[in-house]
Amino acid sequence: MNGMWKFTVRRILIMIPQVVLLSILVFIMAKMMPGDALSGLMDPNLDPATLEELREKLGLNDPWYTQYIHWIGDLFHGDMGESFRYKMPVSELIGQRMVNTFWLSLVTLILIYLISVPLGIISGRYNDSLLDQAITGYTYIGFATPLFIFALVLLWIFGFQFGWFPTGGSVTPGSTPGTLDYISSKLYHLLLPAISMALIGTVGTVQYLRNEIIDTKQKDFILTARAKGASESRVYNRHVLRNSLLPIAAFFGYEITGLISGTVFVESIYTYPGMGQLFLESITTRDYSVATALTLLFGIAAILGTLISDIILSLVDPRIRIK
Amino acid sequence: MKQELLQLKNLRTSFRIGDEYYAAVDDVSLTVNKNEVLAVVGESGCGKSALAFSVMGLHTRAKIEGNILFKDHDLAHASPGTMNRLRGKDLGMIFQDPLTALNPLMIIGDQIGEVIYLHNKTLSQANRKKKVLELLDKVGIPRPEHTYNQYPHELSGGMRQRVVIAIAIANDPELLIADEPTTALDATIQSQILDLITRLKKDMHAGIILITHDLGVVAEMADRVAVMYAGEIVEIADVMTLFGRPLHPYTRSLLNSVPNAEKDQDELHVIQGIVPSLKNLPREGCRFKDRIPWLDESAHEENPQMHEVTPGHFVRCTCYKHFHFPKERKEEKHHGIS
Ligand SMILES: Nc1ncnc2c1ncn2[C@@H]1O[C@H](COP(=O)(O)OP(=O)(O)O)[C@@H](O)[C@H]1O
Ligand SMILES: [Mg+2]
Repeated sequence: MNGMWKFTVRRILIMIPQVVLLSILVFIMAKMMPGDALSGLMDPNLDPATLEELREKLGLNDPWYTQYIHWIGDLFHGDMGESFRYKMPVSELIGQRMVNTFWLSLVTLILIYLISVPLGIISGRYNDSLLDQAITGYTYIGFATPLFIFALVLLWIFGFQFGWFPTGGSVTPGSTPGTLDYISSKLYHLLLPAISMALIGTVGTVQYLRNEIIDTKQKDFILTARAKGASESRVYNRHVLRNSLLPIAAFFGYEITGLISGTVFVESIYTYPGMGQLFLESITTRDYSVATALTLLFGIAAILGTLISDIILSLVDPRIRIK
Repeated sequence: MKQELLQLKNLRTSFRIGDEYYAAVDDVSLTVNKNEVLAVVGESGCGKSALAFSVMGLHTRAKIEGNILFKDHDLAHASPGTMNRLRGKDLGMIFQDPLTALNPLMIIGDQIGEVIYLHNKTLSQANRKKKVLELLDKVGIPRPEHTYNQYPHELSGGMRQRVVIAIAIANDPELLIADEPTTALDATIQSQILDLITRLKKDMHAGIILITHDLGVVAEMADRVAVMYAGEIVEIADVMTLFGRPLHPYTRSLLNSVPNAEKDQDELHVIQGIVPSLKNLPREGCRFKDRIPWLDESAHEENPQMHEVTPGHFVRCTCYKHFHFPKERKEEKHHGIS
C-alpha cells in the first residue's frame, strides 16, 4: 500500500505542470480572440479616451505575463470574469450548468459501462460467433454515425413522435428542488440525451474490451489456470476478466474526453442547460469570458480523467506501483 | 513390474488452417509407465507441445483422434467436467515460459492456493495457506512467507518457474508433463531447476513426460526416450540403448549435435534443413526423406512403419539401414543388413 500512496502523490504532482501549461494555452487563446474583456461589456458609445483609461486601470495594457498572473490570481478567487450576455459572473453562470452536466455525464458513463461491459465480454469470449458478429456490426454502425445526427433522430422519434421523453430543459418548470418529483424529473430529462450519448460512446469501449479479452484468453497464464482444473467460467471470471478490464480502467480518461465533446452536441440538441450547451452558445454569441472559462474547465476535467484512470489502474495492477 | 499409466493409441491432433485440418501429432502411439521418466525430444515444431497439450486437454480448437488412456478414462474423448477433475489433480503440467505462465494480477500464494482449493474445497483457508507455504519451501523458495504475498513480476525467472512447479505438483499428480521446463531460463538457473525436478521425482510416484531438446538432460533424467520428427515418433528406446545405438538418421543427427560427443565427425551426420511448417509437412512416405536427399528413394519404405529392432527399441522406416557408420559397420553386417 505504501507504493500505492507514493504513486498517487507522484501522479498528482505530475498534474501541476499539466494544468499550468493548459492555463497558459487557454490564456493565450483568450488573448488572441478579437476584442478584449471590455469591448463586449461596455456601451459602444463610450468615447475611446475613457475606454483607454479603463483599459489602463484594469491592467489590459500590462505585459502578458503580468496579465496572466492576474488572471490566475482571479481564478483562484473564483473570479472568471463577467458574461456580457447574461450580465452575471461567469462562475455563477457555470456553477448552475455544471451540476446539470455532471449528472448527465455520470448517467452516461454508467450507461456506457452497463452496455459495453456485457457486450464486450460476450463478443470477446465467443469471438467469431453469430452474436459477436452482431455486436461488432453494432460497433461499426456506432463508429460511422455522427453523434449529433443520432441524437437528433432519437429526439425526433422518442421526444416528438412518441412523446415518451421531454424535448428540452433539465427539469419540469415549477417543481421544488429536493423533492422526489424534482429528482425524478431531472433524471427523466437527462435520460434520452444520456442514452444517445451512451449508445454512440460505448462502441469504442466494446471494441476495446473485445480485443482485450481475445488477447488475454490466448495468454499462457490462462493455460496454467486450465491446467489447474479451473472450469471455463472460473477461468473467465478469475483470470481473463480481471486482466482484460484493466485497460478499460485506463480507458476512463479517454471516456471523459469523449463525454466533453459529446455534451457539447447533445446538450445543444436537447436544449439541456449544461456546460456543453453554454459552450456552443458562448462561441456563437462571442461571449468570450464564458468560452475561455469553459475551455479551461473542460481541459481540467480531461486531465482529471487521466489522473483517475491512472490511480484506478495502479490500484488493480500491481506492476504499475513499482515504477 | 511395469505398470502402465498412460497409453496413447494412434493419437492424431490436427489444427485447422484455412479449410483443412493438418495433423501436428500424427498417429502417435506410446506408453508411459508409473514412476518412469519418458523424454520426448525433437527440434522445435515437431509437435512435442501439441502432444503434451493433447494429453492435458488444453487444445481449444484442435481435432483429436485416437485414444489417450489414463486411469479408466480416455482423455481424447473425456467431458470438460472429467478433464477439470483430472487436471491439476492427477495431471500436472510445467510450462515452458515461467515469465508468462503466471497471472500477473494475482499474488503467488493465491495462484498456488487455487489449484489446492479446486480439488479440495473443504480444506480450511488456514490449512490451505499452510500447504502453500510447505510447497513453496519444497520447491526451494527461500522465504515462503514473504513470497506468498508477492506478485510474479517481483520474482526472477527461476523463482517463477519454481512457483509453476509448485502448482504442478501441489496435488501429487500421477502424471507430470514438463514441456521444456528450462528452455526459457539462463544456463545456471537451468541446472538448478533440473536438480529440483530430479529431487522432486524421487519422492513423487509420478510418471513424467519430459519434453526437451537438451540431450544432456535426457541422459541424466530419462528412463526412456521418444524421438519425434514432423509429428511422428521416429524412434523410441530406453535411454541406454538410444544413446548407445541410435538408429534413425534423425536421432543420429540430434545426438551428433550434442557438444562434446565422443564420436568421430562423420560428414553424413551433418544433416541440414529445418522441420517444415505444419501445412508443408510431407504426409506420404518417409517424412525425413527430404533432409537426406543423397539416399535413394528405394531406401525408404513406401509406408514407413515402426520396426522393433530389439525388444523395446522401435525405429521408423527402413532408411536407417542405409547409413554407413564406420564404427558400427561390423555390427550391421552381423545383423545381415547391407
Ligand atoms: N494452435 C495451433 N494452430 C495451428 N498450428 C499450430 C498450433 N499449435 C501448434 N501448431 C503447429 O504445429 C506444429 C507443432 O507445434 P508444437 O507442438 O508447438 O512444436 P514443438 O513443441 O515441438 O516445438 C508447428 O508447425 C506449429 O506451428
Ligand atoms: Mg513446444
